[in-house]
Amino acid sequence: MANFPNGEIDRRELLPQLFPSIESWLFVSGLAGASKDTAALTGDGPNLYSMAGTMGAAVPMGLGMALSAPESNVAVITGDGELLMGVGALITVASAAPQNLTIVCIDNSMHGETGGQPGHTSATADLAKIAEGSGIASVLTISRPNEISRAVEFLGTAPGPRFLIARVLPTPPSAFKRNMDMAACRVRFRENFLS
Amino acid sequence: MTTDHPHSEWSGAMFDILRDAGVTLFTHVPDAGNDRLVALAEANNETRALLLTSEEEGIAICAGADLVGQRGILCMQSSGLGNCTNHLSLAKGGRFPLLMMISMRGDYGEQNPWQYPMGEAAETILRAMGVLIFRVESRDELEDATRAALNASGPGGQAAAIVLSQKFLGAKAF
Repeated sequence: MANFPNGEIDRRELLPQLFPSIESWLFVSGLAGASKDTAALTGDGPNLYSMAGTMGAAVPMGLGMALSAPESNVAVITGDGELLMGVGALITVASAAPQNLTIVCIDNSMHGETGGQPGHTSATADLAKIAEGSGIASVLTISRPNEISRAVEFLGTAPGPRFLIARVLPTPPSAFKRNMDMAACRVRFRENFLS
Repeated sequence: MTTDHPHSEWSGAMFDILRDAGVTLFTHVPDAGNDRLVALAEANNETRALLLTSEEEGIAICAGADLVGQRGILCMQSSGLGNCTNHLSLAKGGRFPLLMMISMRGDYGEQNPWQYPMGEAAETILRAMGVLIFRVESRDELEDATRAALNASGPGGQAAAIVLSQKFLGAKAF
């Protein structure tokens, strides 16, 4: 069994430190917790497409965006459970190798939205090795608040595609009420990007 | 590419229509029915072929392309449609105008019993998730069905699938 360090990062304070320049990114977020954190970061802005279903879709949606908008910086923000449901997408990302794609996994090692049931990364699954084995160019794991500055440097300088795993405390996500109309949010994102 | 491949001629006609309509990203899980189409997308410098690990990735990838104003297509065998159902919420609930090219198995003349369950279910799944079906039974239907699916998924704002029947493709011998 792997012996992972417990996450000591407060997820509610993570994204504002990782993304000080919100307007320079296109964001895709997966499921509830990561989507709430990202909506709180952007004020549910039009440069975010946040999901609350389609578990496993966040990474491939970010990949499609990154390949189709090569001049833009694309960030996928998702959780460990959402990512593992579509973990094969890491292989597709590695093969396609978009330089402008960043994936941040907020790893609380549990299924927070459904009652906090332990997830695979709480015990044996090593996301960093999975990503490295898939061929992702740059991979970093952080678990303590004093490592966030390393992560900021990583997002700014490591060759893409880059994959950051942030092991976090088992707290609730950011409290933020976002627009859940998935069709209206599509139109909002497109109008903002294409204007 | 050899021109005597049984799917070369119609694949060329379909590719030209798709490319002219602005389809740039050809996501796919390999199948005999989409082999030539994907080869054309790989060879053309205006289009990109993208190999998937599993079919549902293509739904999300094409949705991501749509968010930034580009058009993609998901090319797969009908058996792969079962992997896509949950992600097709993006079509039914999110009104993403997704485009698919589905080469049928478990259809007319199939000899592999493993292919029949999903072959039988394919159109039911598409209808249940709000995807319009443009079926090709013979060569003379190909261009019209392709253009109709492009109209539906472009200006029409609908999710659309070009479904190539096994009567058109020919059944694989076992």
